[in-house]
Amino acid sequence: MRPFTYERAASAAAAVEAAQAPGARFIAGGTNLLDLMKLDIEAPAHLIDVGRLPMAGIEATDEGGLRIGAMATNTAVASDPLVRARFPMLSEAIVAGGSPQLRNKARVGGNLLQRTRCAYFYDPTKPCNKRQPGSGCGALEGLNRNAAIFGASPSCVATHPSDMAVALTALDARVETLTAGGGARSIPVADLHRAPGDTPHLETALDDGELITAVVVPPAPTGGQAYRKVRDRASYAGGLASVAVAGGRLALGMVALKPWRATAAEAALVDGADPAEAIGRELAGASPLGRNDFKVPLVARLAVATMAEARAAANGGGQG
Amino acid sequence: MSSVSDWEAPNPVKDNRGGLIGKGVDRYEGPLKVTGTAPYAYEVQPPSPPAYGVMVGAAIARGRITAVDIAAAEASPGVLLAWTHMNAPAQPPRGTKGHPRSTQGSKPALESDRVAYFGQPVAFVVADTLENAVAASHLIRLSYAAEGHDVAFHERLDAAGQPPGEQDVEIGDFDAGFAASEVRLDETWTTPLQNHCQMEPCASLAWWEGPDRCVAHTSVQMVKPAQHGLAETLGIGRDDVHLLTRYIGGGFGGKGQTYDDLTLAALAARALGRPVKVAFTRQQMMHGTIHRPATVQRVRLGAGRDGRLNAMSMMTWTHCHRDGAFTEHASNFARSLYAAPNRLTGHRLVKLDLPHAGAMRAPGEASGTLSLECAMDELAEQLGLDPVELRIRNEPEVDPENGRPFSQRQLVRCLREGAQLFGWDRRLPTPGQVRDGRWLVGLGMAAAIRGNFLLPAKCSFSVDADGVITVRQGMTDIGTGTYTVLAQIAAETLGVPLGQVKVEIGDSELPPAPGSGGQFGAATAGSAALMAGMNLRRAIADLATGDPGSPLHAGDPGDVTFQDGVVAIENRSETLSDLIRRAAPEGLTVEGEIRPAQDAQKWSQQTYGAHYCEVGVDPVTGEVRVRRMLGVFAAGRIINAKTARSQLTGGMIWGVGSALHEGNPVDPRYGSLVNQDLAQYVLPVQADIGELDAIMLDEVDDKANPMGIKGVGELGNSGAGAAVANAVYNACGVRVRDYPITPDRLLAGLIAKGM
Repeated sequence: MRPFTYERAASAAAAVEAAQAPGARFIAGGTNLLDLMKLDIEAPAHLIDVGRLPMAGIEATDEGGLRIGAMATNTAVASDPLVRARFPMLSEAIVAGGSPQLRNKARVGGNLLQRTRCAYFYDPTKPCNKRQPGSGCGALEGLNRNAAIFGASPSCVATHPSDMAVALTALDARVETLTAGGGARSIPVADLHRAPGDTPHLETALDDGELITAVVVPPAPTGGQAYRKVRDRASYAGGLASVAVAGGRLALGMVALKPWRATAAEAALVDGADPAEAIGRELAGASPLGRNDFKVPLVARLAVATMAEARAAANGGGQG
Repeated sequence: MSSVSDWEAPNPVKDNRGGLIGKGVDRYEGPLKVTGTAPYAYEVQPPSPPAYGVMVGAAIARGRITAVDIAAAEASPGVLLAWTHMNAPAQPPRGTKGHPRSTQGSKPALESDRVAYFGQPVAFVVADTLENAVAASHLIRLSYAAEGHDVAFHERLDAAGQPPGEQDVEIGDFDAGFAASEVRLDETWTTPLQNHCQMEPCASLAWWEGPDRCVAHTSVQMVKPAQHGLAETLGIGRDDVHLLTRYIGGGFGGKGQTYDDLTLAALAARALGRPVKVAFTRQQMMHGTIHRPATVQRVRLGAGRDGRLNAMSMMTWTHCHRDGAFTEHASNFARSLYAAPNRLTGHRLVKLDLPHAGAMRAPGEASGTLSLECAMDELAEQLGLDPVELRIRNEPEVDPENGRPFSQRQLVRCLREGAQLFGWDRRLPTPGQVRDGRWLVGLGMAAAIRGNFLLPAKCSFSVDADGVITVRQGMTDIGTGTYTVLAQIAAETLGVPLGQVKVEIGDSELPPAPGSGGQFGAATAGSAALMAGMNLRRAIADLATGDPGSPLHAGDPGDVTFQDGVVAIENRSETLSDLIRRAAPEGLTVEGEIRPAQDAQKWSQQTYGAHYCEVGVDPVTGEVRVRRMLGVFAAGRIINAKTARSQLTGGMIWGVGSALHEGNPVDPRYGSLVNQDLAQYVLPVQADIGELDAIMLDEVDDKANPMGIKGVGELGNSGAGAAVANAVYNACGVRVRDYPITPDRLLAGLIAKGM
């Protein structure tokens, strides 16, 4: 960790204004940023603590959806009665991530912005275009068992680790932000993260100093919801793959540098394809690298099982 | 000459009049640990404010440091010194023993421009705060000339040689016996490199009392080698190093030696004239300390249709550092486990440029049982025999390798009682037959074995005017329960309540004991404690019967009894504190000593167990979850039912990790390990462990030591992973012989079977 200065923002407006300072970063739960600072992967000169801003509420919207304040903890969202009633899959996805201690600290806004767990990103002695642009990608020909199968580039094959973001993508959620100039924006979660391309260090559609203030979830689609995650141990583990189903919408986790909306599969379902056929259509576009080849059959099987679970939930059968 | 017959006499531990032996007594230091007030090495309060040292690891696996730039680090705020090999203090060459009887030679840090492994400490910064030291450490610039490194174990098996000084052990004619066997199995298993992942990383705090005397707190399993090695490195007398290791947050073999944190803390404290603390980071622990090396294990079993083994071979390939000498003896346990007239076991060692391989919990057994105990499961299936019955049919009458009688061997009883308690009769021999929701359910079992040892040790016992007994020993407690069992032995021996016993260990100035390792700790340290306690009893009896003021005066010292803090001869009695306060107000201190019996080698001494496990396998994803697990063990008299059970269940959880989770892949391009923290290096967490229990059979091994106890620290790990793997097969019909059995590996097998 390198020396840095710290301030606690008095308001969201003050926070985005303070963020104009060079090397400034927002911090809320700090569950990811502090780790990265200790490893010298992140070295912000100035931290603006937004964690105590009064943006932690969870409210029903008039349309029948939810507005979740960006500073709500993961635990608060996962245990919220409205969330559990309307979007049980979101609650399942959150609980599938991290550990209770982490979920107690982590906030919704920061969860969406957490950085990859790629081992080459975490080891400063290794090349990583995300950590050090132009240095190369250690994972491309390395031990890339957990690398992306969709949307990767020769510059970066990392995956996005958030479970919650996968659920929000399937739920068609949007983030509300406050821009540096004080303006408000609304961005679909599905568009929040960038494809790596040649610039994997540029991770989101947010401008410098733009602050996520809330996540807005539209009313649940008809049909059931389900979230399944496969991981190397039962808790406190990043996923090998996950699937979020909300009605006819499908999102895949840990297969790309962003939550992967399975649009080809959704289109196939609309055309009357059965679940196996539909996910097969999506996976026809996968580009595994060797050590992560297993993700293709894994996602295929997991998606079929998760869609079945969602159907059962819709029929009042509960969760398998 | 000592003999095991010397241990036949009754003693207070055997008599157990106070009932403390075997009781599940709470940990002596438990309240300190759960309140966060037990001072681990890094938290000890030094006599003046400490400075903070941070190490920098090499970024290449093999080569030379060609240039260093420490100017920016030196100019960084708060920095007190910055060292590389260019400017570090001179130290005696590695291995120097100024004193011929040192148990450890010098271990210089930053000794040259050579880089021998990735992560080797190559630079060091000390600052006034930890934050300043860390920040400065990032400013050190090192240039390297990399040389070709050789880290790809599986590609280098052809370069494997016989470990130095070892030979294969063949009994009978294995090849002929194997060829002639009606049923044969020939399979190969692999196990990955593993890291210890102790909760407490290696850490040290040192300061100097004058120019020639160093006080060092560190986290180490063996006190004397640490003291001697540091003294040799610093070039001072061995008695001029006062080495302390009061509390240790896990060792598992990884702290069987000291590392550069200790050397650098002491050198920097000398250079700066103030205390210095140095700790490994979690990331640095992975490369900068030792690891359990990977293995390839070929097992061949030849049996008759009746299930009796005619031929058994286990050959292990493993690796160690180019300059190292460690061998993971994964085949050794097989020499004592099952009867077979034709036997061949041995090891092959490949030298690599990976960090140093070394001992990790149940070295040998932990890896080796993962093959042989699954091979037995496979053979049972080939034979149409129950796996428990197959083992019983191959139970030897004497040690099958050396013909020695067993001091105790209750393996069959462990197998049978475990089968009954676990409900083994409900196992269906055909895999894949039981479903519970989305899970396929299977049962598996395996045998456990681990040798038992007794080493020389000393101990002192004191009694003070309050009647308080103080045990002092240069022993360690690595979380195993040493403090507690020493307190129990002392209380039982002197007939005082537990609250009247103090235990001081982890200090080089106390009577030496070999420390914690190889599950010899409790037997070795405890036997020395019993001897010291017996000597103190005699001293107290002499004092009482020789003191005209005592009601016991003129009695026979041999008649004195010790109970409830009272010394008595029949109805004449007084409290221990009254006696000492009056007759020896300064207190009494005596020493005792244990030595291995000369004739102990006439017996094959082992501890045994049987593991039973139920797992669920998700046939869609290849995920495995342990549902319940039971171990039944026979390991001599148990001193503390609670700490022994914790040791055993902890070992079983290690087995679950070895079977399903753990392993650190090597990236051959960089010569480094991929997983560098506890998020990436996957150990089982609470949610991975279902119902778990360990049961200890009644046993006294009178050939082991005067108390008849044996170790349990390694035993629980032996065989546990194989029981899990066998349960996985029974659940879904897929054998994965490359550990760990991760979802991707199991999935490949499930898909291949059309599931």
